[in-house]
Amino acid sequence: MALESQIVQLLFAGITVGSIYALIALGFVVIHNVTGIINFAQGEFAMLGALIAITLSEKTAIFSRGMTVTLNLPLPLAILAAVLIVSLIGMVLYQFAIRAAKGASVVALIIITIGASIALRGFALIMWGTDPFRLPNFTPGAPIQFMGAFLILQNFWVIGTTLVILVALYFFFERTMLGKALRACSINRVAARLMGINTERMALFSFALSAAIGAIGGIVIAPSTPMAYESGGLLGLKGFVAAIMGGMNSAVGAVIGGLVLGIVEALGAGFISSAYKDAIAFIMLFAILAARLSGLLGEDAKQQESGV
Amino acid sequence: MKSRNSALLMAIAMLVATIAACAPAPTPAPTAAPPTAAPKPAVTTAPAATVAPTAVPAPVAGDVYKIGFVSSVTGPVSSLGIPERDTALMLMDQINKAGGIKGADGKTHKLEILTEDDASDASKATLAAKKLVEQDKVVVLIGSSGSPASIAMADYVTAQKIPLISMASSSAIVTGADGKEKQWVFKTPQTNAPVTEVQADYFKAKGITKVASIGVNNAFGQDSRNAMKALLPKAGIEVVADELFQPGDKDFTAQLTKIKGLNPQGLVIHATAAEGAPLTVQAKQLGFTVPIVHNHGIGNIDFINLAKESAEGILFPIGKLLTYQVLPDSDPQKPVLAKYVKDYTDYTKGKPISTFGGHAWDAVMIAVNALTEVGPDAAKLQAYFDGGKVKNFVGISGVFNWTASDHTGIAKESLVLVEIKKGTWVYIPPAEYKNFPDVK
Amino acid sequence: MKRFSHSGNLIAWIIVAIIIALLPLYLPNNYQVSILIFVALYTILTMGLSLLMGYAGQISLGHAVFYGMGGYATGILAARLGVPTPLAMLIAAALTGVVAFIVAIPMLRLRGNYLAMGTLGLNVIFVLFLTQQTDWTGGPNGLSNIPKLSVGDFVVKSDVQMYYVAWFAALSILALSLNIVNSRFGRALRAIHGSEIAAEMVGVDAAHYKTAVFTLSAIYASIAGSLYVFWIGLISPSVVSINLSVELVVMVAIGGLASVWGAIFGAAAVTVLAEFLRNVLPQLLKGASGEQEIIAFGIILIVVMIFLPEGLTTGGLLRYRQWRAGRAMKNASR
Repeated sequence: MALESQIVQLLFAGITVGSIYALIALGFVVIHNVTGIINFAQGEFAMLGALIAITLSEKTAIFSRGMTVTLNLPLPLAILAAVLIVSLIGMVLYQFAIRAAKGASVVALIIITIGASIALRGFALIMWGTDPFRLPNFTPGAPIQFMGAFLILQNFWVIGTTLVILVALYFFFERTMLGKALRACSINRVAARLMGINTERMALFSFALSAAIGAIGGIVIAPSTPMAYESGGLLGLKGFVAAIMGGMNSAVGAVIGGLVLGIVEALGAGFISSAYKDAIAFIMLFAILAARLSGLLGEDAKQQESGV
Repeated sequence: MKSRNSALLMAIAMLVATIAACAPAPTPAPTAAPPTAAPKPAVTTAPAATVAPTAVPAPVAGDVYKIGFVSSVTGPVSSLGIPERDTALMLMDQINKAGGIKGADGKTHKLEILTEDDASDASKATLAAKKLVEQDKVVVLIGSSGSPASIAMADYVTAQKIPLISMASSSAIVTGADGKEKQWVFKTPQTNAPVTEVQADYFKAKGITKVASIGVNNAFGQDSRNAMKALLPKAGIEVVADELFQPGDKDFTAQLTKIKGLNPQGLVIHATAAEGAPLTVQAKQLGFTVPIVHNHGIGNIDFINLAKESAEGILFPIGKLLTYQVLPDSDPQKPVLAKYVKDYTDYTKGKPISTFGGHAWDAVMIAVNALTEVGPDAAKLQAYFDGGKVKNFVGISGVFNWTASDHTGIAKESLVLVEIKKGTWVYIPPAEYKNFPDVK
Repeated sequence: MKRFSHSGNLIAWIIVAIIIALLPLYLPNNYQVSILIFVALYTILTMGLSLLMGYAGQISLGHAVFYGMGGYATGILAARLGVPTPLAMLIAAALTGVVAFIVAIPMLRLRGNYLAMGTLGLNVIFVLFLTQQTDWTGGPNGLSNIPKLSVGDFVVKSDVQMYYVAWFAALSILALSLNIVNSRFGRALRAIHGSEIAAEMVGVDAAHYKTAVFTLSAIYASIAGSLYVFWIGLISPSVVSINLSVELVVMVAIGGLASVWGAIFGAAAVTVLAEFLRNVLPQLLKGASGEQEIIAFGIILIVVMIFLPEGLTTGGLLRYRQWRAGRAMKNASR
């Protein structure tokens, strides 16, 4: 394989993986902006989204074969239903765990999300067991050849979905009343409340929204990589890193953070060492942060008094 | 305060509901399990003539025989640990339904297998072993699913003088740094060396001299790669790339791109289904046409379900469990395998068969046979395992011959090379290696 | 011990020490003793983390690194190079301290979330390093055959002996930490936590103090790691994964952030709870296993944080005072 083709191949892989990280990172940012919480159950939303979509669309045995689901919904319908169910789970999490702990410190709230992620993983383990599941490709067809590289069709879906969500979020935050109210919460919660915005409802909404984004992230990668009950952990970790890279409070920053992380990982694995792929990524990020203490975009870190 | 109370109610309700509703496989009564006599293979062991039964402090009638069983029900190795646990509980159920263990003391003993989860963590495995030995007073341990946890348990049992049978594959579990077998530790899965030997035989038959390798960066992958790096060059096969990926990785095109640039004649993959399947799919999509040979890590139906059409033409060495139907009737393992497949499918209401459950079957049955012969005495059990009493034991992973110098005891002949074809496994006789893969 | 500023601390310390000294007499077997050894090791770890998080306000999601560094360095020195065990432990602690000091310089320039990510990254890199450098670390299977702790002819062999060694270390570190918190150093840390800028204004060199406390907490962790390998005899990458780092943060939060005593309670609550579930759940519900245990663990974690968001120590005290005040009011109005 010629060097140019190798570079094209690696960049394409990096952008694909980066898009997934970006989707998870967006979920982190939405919740963090509105509530100040870092939601450690974010990766679990992706896992649940994928597994629920698969269960709805294909014959699936659950509860250790105690029950078989044969809804066989068409894929688009199954995906829509899965996203709705997961955003409902996000709302339940907020209502019964986060809101119930009113007045607790941010650290306590973060620990609650850690507890939630452990419990959700346990539920998934009981429901689906340890087997990984895979969705069919959204569109069939052979990879496209470009400059000697093979571009897999499903990866275009991943990248496209990320773009669409980013554009949709932009319009939502800039053009709708609800979006503006959410932004107001993120800028100054007290002021927002004084202006008559129901900050608790906004927080509830932020959990629903970021659960939905997480679920979509899990669903779009389920055709290229199988999802199992504990797939959420690593996705959550990488998404968290991407979100911080982007400054933790900017949607555009989160997407750029995700893409940078994905591309650095791919190039690192391809040209330096696949054994130290994750290490290379972290060292790069560290270098960027040390040079510019504010993430890629977003507020100056110096102003951010220890959030966690 | 109101919302706090509702949260508490909700939490309690959730706990009760989930825990009650989702009692897992172990509870269902396997009505379908045929109430055969204790499934003790006829050819198993020589009679314990040398052991003087009078020396045993005879247990009281009805004494329960206990086996401690640690596997990884949660955490990264849980896809191994759950079928292992289910198999153990199934055997306990079968043996007790058939009247329990008829001991050498002339009494019948109920069998109790106490299962513990180590969450795929070496520290927790040690703690679980301690609980079983010190609190539940078991005299023989089985565990665990992963190599690091098994090694941790091995150190503990050596100090406690309790025999341990591991279900993980690394040779470091049973063999100490001095190259000698650890006195108290045994294991049932084959090491990676015979797996590599079968792969080498295949490459030689094909005339392949240059292969590339990609493997998962954990104990399983490293052990497999070490065997490969030691054995393939001896067979005249050069390993031109030794790429790695992390457990849980999603995209492998970076490593595959690098490998493709080296134009190998074959690709060796060391992985389990979760990463092995997407890796194989991506390799095919990147246009790999050379033979792709996996190791035994993809030995369950998951791999085929996940990789779908990309699984076609994949070759890998595996114990005979998956392809028992095509074995000649003269093969001593065939009836044992057929019975296990049927029993396990009935017990778990159709969960797919995996070789890991087979490792548990072998471990439990060897322990049960030993208990039958010598009773619950750690030193005598060790002497039984170590002293050549496990001779021609027909198990799931192979025919076992444990000796003082070999605590694994399965030969290369216990493995077969199979091809995935039309969504199932096809047996390849050694004479026909050169004609495979026969699907593109 | 002259610096116990509140006599309450001294009395509490003595009571805890007596209870711990007597406990093994009442424990039926080594399994329970072993659980309490883990509690001691985790107490040492959380003590350092609580100084770092609760007092200096710096989060670390990579504290398992220093635990592992102590364990691996001790193991390599004692098992491979034949260094006497107490000396190996000291060298390991010194090495870990030096590494932490060097790491702290760039790391502590990061704040809040960035520091969380930086320390998390450190943990990821450390585990990869352990997995790759097979010649030194034994790779994924780990480093084994590490000798027991021995001083002269005396070898710490049994679990009960190890129990006393581990708790001696834990209680000494507890005493040291209590002194630190109530010293000038502790006041400076709290000032930094309150506001770094304000602290600098009154002449506290924040960077200096933060680096010192980071290094100190790493040395604590290294001691815990050394004790772990002397006791278990081996260490592998799975022991020092991110899971442990996160679990330690959970312990600190459950115990109570700004409380040295919280460390001991948090470590005990989390460790004992997990083992309690292992024993009790299968009795409550036939067939319950690891799957149900983790659900129960997660939900209990949430419930504790909802009802005692300040942690078991601070939160418990607060609730108790509220309850007493409430009762007093009721009595008064009667």
